[in-house]
Amino acid sequence: MNALSQTTTSGTKAVKAAVLLIFALLLFAPFLFQDVRALEVAARVCVFIVLVASYDLLIGYTGIVSFAHTMFFGFGAYGAAISLKQMGPGWDAVLVGALAGMAVSLIVAVAIGLLSLRVKAIFFAMITLATASVALVLASQLSDFTGGEDGITYRAPALFKTATKLMLDENGKVLRIFGVKINGKLAAYYFVFFTCLALFVMMLRMVGSPLGTVLKAIRENEARAEAIGYRVVSYRTFVFCIAALVASLAGTIYAIWLKYTGPDTALSFAIMIDILLMVVIGGMGTMWGAVIGATMLVLAQYYLRDLMGAAAKATVDIPVLPHVLDPDRWLFWLGIIFILLVYFFPKGIAGTVMAKGAPR
Amino acid sequence: MSLLTLNGMKTNIGQYAVLHDVTLDVPEGGVFVLLGRNGAGKTTTLRSIMGLWQPSPGSVLFKGQDITAMHTADIARLDIAFVPENMGVFGGLTVEENLILATAKGRFDPARLKRIYELFPALETFWTKQAWSLSGGQKQMLAVARAIIEPRALILIDEPTKGLAPAIVDAMADAFREIAQNTTILLVEQNFEFAKSLGRDMAVIDDGRIAHSGTMADFAADTALQDRLLSLSA
Amino acid sequence: MQQINDFAGRLGGVYLLPVVVAALAFVMIGAPSSWVTLTVAGLAMGMMIFLMASGLSLVFGLMDVLNFGHSAFVSFGAFIAASVLAWLSGWLEADAVSLNIAALFLAFGAAILFGLVAGWFFETVIVKPVYKDHLRQILITMGALIVAEQMILAIWGGTPVSVPRPEFLEGSLLIGDITIEIYRIFAFLLGLGVYAALYLTLNRTRIGLLIRAGVENREMVEALGFRVDRLFVAVFMLGSALAALGGAMWAGYETLITPALGAEMMIVVFIVVIIGGLGSIQGTLLGAIMVGLMANYIGYLAPKLALASNMILMVAILLWRPNGLKPAVK
Repeated sequence: MNALSQTTTSGTKAVKAAVLLIFALLLFAPFLFQDVRALEVAARVCVFIVLVASYDLLIGYTGIVSFAHTMFFGFGAYGAAISLKQMGPGWDAVLVGALAGMAVSLIVAVAIGLLSLRVKAIFFAMITLATASVALVLASQLSDFTGGEDGITYRAPALFKTATKLMLDENGKVLRIFGVKINGKLAAYYFVFFTCLALFVMMLRMVGSPLGTVLKAIRENEARAEAIGYRVVSYRTFVFCIAALVASLAGTIYAIWLKYTGPDTALSFAIMIDILLMVVIGGMGTMWGAVIGATMLVLAQYYLRDLMGAAAKATVDIPVLPHVLDPDRWLFWLGIIFILLVYFFPKGIAGTVMAKGAPR
Repeated sequence: MSLLTLNGMKTNIGQYAVLHDVTLDVPEGGVFVLLGRNGAGKTTTLRSIMGLWQPSPGSVLFKGQDITAMHTADIARLDIAFVPENMGVFGGLTVEENLILATAKGRFDPARLKRIYELFPALETFWTKQAWSLSGGQKQMLAVARAIIEPRALILIDEPTKGLAPAIVDAMADAFREIAQNTTILLVEQNFEFAKSLGRDMAVIDDGRIAHSGTMADFAADTALQDRLLSLSA
Repeated sequence: MQQINDFAGRLGGVYLLPVVVAALAFVMIGAPSSWVTLTVAGLAMGMMIFLMASGLSLVFGLMDVLNFGHSAFVSFGAFIAASVLAWLSGWLEADAVSLNIAALFLAFGAAILFGLVAGWFFETVIVKPVYKDHLRQILITMGALIVAEQMILAIWGGTPVSVPRPEFLEGSLLIGDITIEIYRIFAFLLGLGVYAALYLTLNRTRIGLLIRAGVENREMVEALGFRVDRLFVAVFMLGSALAALGGAMWAGYETLITPALGAEMMIVVFIVVIIGGLGSIQGTLLGAIMVGLMANYIGYLAPKLALASNMILMVAILLWRPNGLKPAVK
């Protein structure tokens, strides 16, 4: 990222270092963390980094507030799920699913984009909310197709089966490097990791390109951008479609990893709220913020809840405290933290840190 | 005695510095005209006085009182009226409703109302009509009427003749002359002919600074100065 | 085309729309008795939704504030009213209508009081700090919605709460072969009464004048000497109280409420406000009646489309009137 309107501060270096650290941890995750749960967390982090980064394109770079992002994620996930179920676990199903998800996402994104031409930007957020809720309802209603509330389970391509041995040792058993089996599960993880990396890098290049500058200009002062000669409406629709396509692909990737797709993993508003939290915590308009925010929130979701549960048990004799620390209250505290963050640290972690430090 | 004093006023709108250093004295009584080219900072000056934009640094003194940091509503309550460039007329409200908002107690003084009917007969005709149905000139009259429906110490008026037909401009000039007998008007104008006929004292603002100040009589006689400051080349 | 437009304009313009829809439904439904039942249900539903939505519309029109947490007031109103009614269930079962009414009064009153107090708190703590920034408004009010829903979950638990109704409002009226639920008539009349009170306040009082003027041009109202920020708080409190009342009435209508109520109604409320146009109660009423009628008619005629009907209605109206049916004059 060349410094377009940002001066590179020592804060920026700190943020980039943190991102690099996270990248390294994710790259070597199977070798660093030996349990299955940790790998799940790592995969989820990868997918959400891409999902949140694509949302940052909208909200952070172009200033578009949309609540339909989870819907596109769901399109990609259900696309892969349905085709893997119907066509059996093969690479052709994966391709068909990915393309189908992207196609539906593109059509809906264009439709929403066109409608937004006619209405005020303020209505846009409300319309995306309404659209997303209709999609959610449709998914649970068309249960023959989508598995309804229960979702769909299916198998992934053979390459990713845990039983698949990729490399064998002298005895014909699966090879272990540093104690980690080189099997299908590992392949699945690296599939997730590298595809997500590719998508993230693509988005980085986008915002670093002249396109990124135009988007920033639109966010800062739409009227001015229009006056200079940029057709703001075209750019906004274009970005909205790109973000939708990336979200769709992220959904497809996650669906392949999980081997299960349902409203709670792919379409629910809880996911939209997660994305919002991640982008706000991480920092809008910075891309790096997506990495930091996604990592922090996913880690918190998995490990903090356990911590809260343990703390609640430990303080069971003290009045009030166990209720307050009850893991069921998780979302309540998240909401409070969210409000405080929007109020005190609107730039998020990455944004605030990058703004500090001596300019270089 | 100076009614209104601006001292070294700087106003930024967003990242743009519009006023750099505005210093002027508006004496009590009569019409004070603030002239200037497009974009010179005339409207910004009025809005800064009114507290709609915050001048910093710099100060605004009204009758000796520092009103720089006051809320717009409190400034208005000091009997300063504001007639903005876009007139600020409430389209969905009737003429009567527009005017009643400008009264302190929700009642009209019959004598002052009669005076307004005399100055602006159209307002009586359209009394119960919604203001969006009025013509541009009638809306301007309504905006001015709102400023005088109750006694004011100072009336800020921003480009009242913009887009108005000449006949209405003349009527407006007569009205202002009569109003100025009982109060002080700070008039921002680009229409030099209109301003010339009304103003007693004047100043020219250029690029956010006061480029000249003095009496209208002197300025009107100096065509070279007019050319330089207002680009009114013959 | 122009002649049709003019003709329609003289007959009442956009106010014709619900009439047209009702007429079309009459033709399509065929059985008059069913039509009457559905229309009454639609009108009652519309009135309750109007109460929930009017605050949002006025607040946005006047303050340019997008409160995505608005439906939290609806939820709380519903649950508080339900609790009060449960607590006074003795009064509700009594034969004396006066006790019935007293219980209802207290329940609704509690909801309204909550709306006023919570509205004040919400405006001062959550909304005021982010006045100018739409993005942060949306985010922070969404956060508040989450917190509110979690609070309801913590206080009332996750299982659906059943709402007892007063004796005199139970049951239905039978006129010929038409069945009309008494509660629905009650809801419609109460809603109509509130609308009338709002209308009179906005058009016959000084504060109503200020609100109408402020919706058009906040700055000018300030320049006329009125502290608009104080007006904001008052309008916000009023809007929240109305939403809470709407929630309370909805609780009586549904008789079974869950903490997800707020989130469910949020979509409907937003659609109503978009359809009706921002800043005017006439627009909100129109939008609400349209949504209420459509929901009931389509629920009968084509149940599969029922959930999508709101969306379809919204898109159709936006294509015709991008600013909504009757937005405030700006």
